[in-house]
Amino acid sequence: MITVMRLTAAIVSARAAAALSRGLRRGGGTALPGLVAERIDPDIIRTLASKLGHGSVLVTGTNGKTTTARLVRNVCEEAGLRVVANSEGSNMMRGVAAALAGAADWDGRMRGRKRRIGVFEVDEATMPIVARAVNPRAVLFSNLFRDQLDRYGEVETVAALWRKAVRDFPADLTLAINADDPAVASLSDAAVGTVILYGVEDTSQAGDALEHAADARWCYACGAELAYTTVFYGHLGHWRCPGCGRARPEPDVTVSSVTSQDGGMLVKLTIPDGEINVRIPLAGLYNAYNVAAAAALAVALGLERDVIERGLARFTAGFGRQERLAIDGREVQVILAKNPAGVNQVIRIITADPGSKHLAIFLNDGLADGRDISWIWDVDFEKLGEVSTLVVGGERSWDMALRLKYAGLGDHPHVEDDTVAALRESISATPEGGTLYVIPTYTAMLQVRNILGRWARRGAFWEGDRS
Amino acid sequence: MKLRLAHLYPKLMNIYGDRGNIMCFRRRTEGRGIDLEVDELTLGDRFDPAAYDLVFIGGAQDVEQRRVADDLLDVKAEALREYAENDGVMLAVCGGYQLMGAYYKGADGGELAGAHVLDIWTEHPGEGAQRCIGNIAIEREDDTIVGFENHGGRTYLGQKARPLGRVVSGYGNNGIDGTEGAVYGNVFGTYMHGSLLPKNPRFADRLISLALAKREGDVQLSPLDDMVETQAHAQALRHATRRKRVRLGG
Repeated sequence: MITVMRLTAAIVSARAAAALSRGLRRGGGTALPGLVAERIDPDIIRTLASKLGHGSVLVTGTNGKTTTARLVRNVCEEAGLRVVANSEGSNMMRGVAAALAGAADWDGRMRGRKRRIGVFEVDEATMPIVARAVNPRAVLFSNLFRDQLDRYGEVETVAALWRKAVRDFPADLTLAINADDPAVASLSDAAVGTVILYGVEDTSQAGDALEHAADARWCYACGAELAYTTVFYGHLGHWRCPGCGRARPEPDVTVSSVTSQDGGMLVKLTIPDGEINVRIPLAGLYNAYNVAAAAALAVALGLERDVIERGLARFTAGFGRQERLAIDGREVQVILAKNPAGVNQVIRIITADPGSKHLAIFLNDGLADGRDISWIWDVDFEKLGEVSTLVVGGERSWDMALRLKYAGLGDHPHVEDDTVAALRESISATPEGGTLYVIPTYTAMLQVRNILGRWARRGAFWEGDRS
Repeated sequence: MKLRLAHLYPKLMNIYGDRGNIMCFRRRTEGRGIDLEVDELTLGDRFDPAAYDLVFIGGAQDVEQRRVADDLLDVKAEALREYAENDGVMLAVCGGYQLMGAYYKGADGGELAGAHVLDIWTEHPGEGAQRCIGNIAIEREDDTIVGFENHGGRTYLGQKARPLGRVVSGYGNNGIDGTEGAVYGNVFGTYMHGSLLPKNPRFADRLISLALAKREGDVQLSPLDDMVETQAHAQALRHATRRKRVRLGG
């Protein structure tokens, strides 16, 4: 146990650092303060998390963490709980510490602790460490795709890390698991406690075949090539192993149908105590998975059907996740793209839009993007088909331009390395009433969103801006 | 004109955008009116050394690499050696490069026997050792090659292998001797992915020319519009050379 004085010192410094880093405009003030707090007191997470009356839940997986955590947060709030959540981009120990410090009083008391719950999105590789510190009630494992191989290592490395962590979880910890991802579903073999499985049943949503970038195409147990009756996207689908007979487990929470509706979709879910119908302002099957994941986690928390349904319906699109901005008569949609499975889904959304296609693609190779950009060759850009206007930007603009040339989008794609100019040109090239899709990697998204946000507030984009 | 390419284990060895290399071979042959026929050879398939002008093998996850190593030894290694001895053209990247050597000693000390096509061997210094990760640029003859490397193993060259090039920035084979990749006859091994060939068009053309020379004699490749390729090469080179050659202790 740690003393109140040490705890106060940790909280004071975490908050001070938060204010300082907001002043310096560094990442919205979330990553730095937690780092400071952790340096002063490594037990701060454990101590503060133990004060949350309703405990904590963790959300981990390659794609959809931010959206899923936001959905879960809405459901918890609908249940009358006060949520402590880390913000996106701060999904390691320090982000969790910063969130907890922000919810505590100076003396370490948690304000309104009886109704408090922690909802934390957690980096795949950091998950075991965070779980040991916060001692969560439930952990959601959503999917595992190749992503930033230079940082995380290979998919099987992360899967093995997760299996080991799950074996060590206490028996009263509930797992919410994606049954359609064979690498994730394998965790149910290792689980000690209760498991809530979720998956998609609506086979009308199936993709053509396994995408080029499909990762977990081999059985983790016997090594045979998995067989699929339905592939939804990436390696998610209805799978079975012809070698050892392992198969997609029967899910407890299912997506029974998905219907497109005004740029969003109507998702019908079946959960153990009934049906849920919810309209979400997001497109793409991967977001239906996020909805099912949030519902599974809510079921794991013992929340009721009505609460889950109303909570999910409160959702609004987040920063750079199909957020729609109105700029000078155009709709500008920013969709974060960071790995082959994610971008393949974005391409499906764009090709489903019957309007003419206007794209701006930004490829950066910063640490948070992954320094290795070879993944763009694993994306099926060929499926974009005909594109009306295209502007390519970012620090590795020419690598992206070359990939798009290979995908048949013209021998000389338009490259503009100045981000402000690239956005201005893309918007000008989009006819009034049309939609511009802006597809940035993570650090590019922060930059792009900043510029577009300014223009959206002003309603115009042509006034003098410098990047 | 026609070239036949064997893509070894495409579903198993494909982790770092390796298909870009196949796409590049296709684009740069078909752009010159050369037909390219690609056969995908997987576990159990025999390799016929007389049937191919080009061979490509990419990188993989560790688990998959072990399965490929077994199959190479049992089914393909002898034929690949025969192919190499007859000046067959091959490009082996990352894990595929390691497997063309004598052996790969893993982090746990376990050894995988290689195909003995290249006189090289690879040893992983053990769990916790620094991985060689980052943009890399090398100089070779009158060319510069750029890419990305990500490997735990350190590769060393024997008497019969020449380096593909000298490291300008990055780690290369082992982070010590300043070499990157290995060449024996017309077999080229390298740690560089990214994908390697699309933004290194001169090196891609070199491989195509070598393959054509065996079948058709000397053929002059007509120039292609490489504006985007040249820009991508230059941009990647600028990124890579922000840091110098990395020297590891050892």
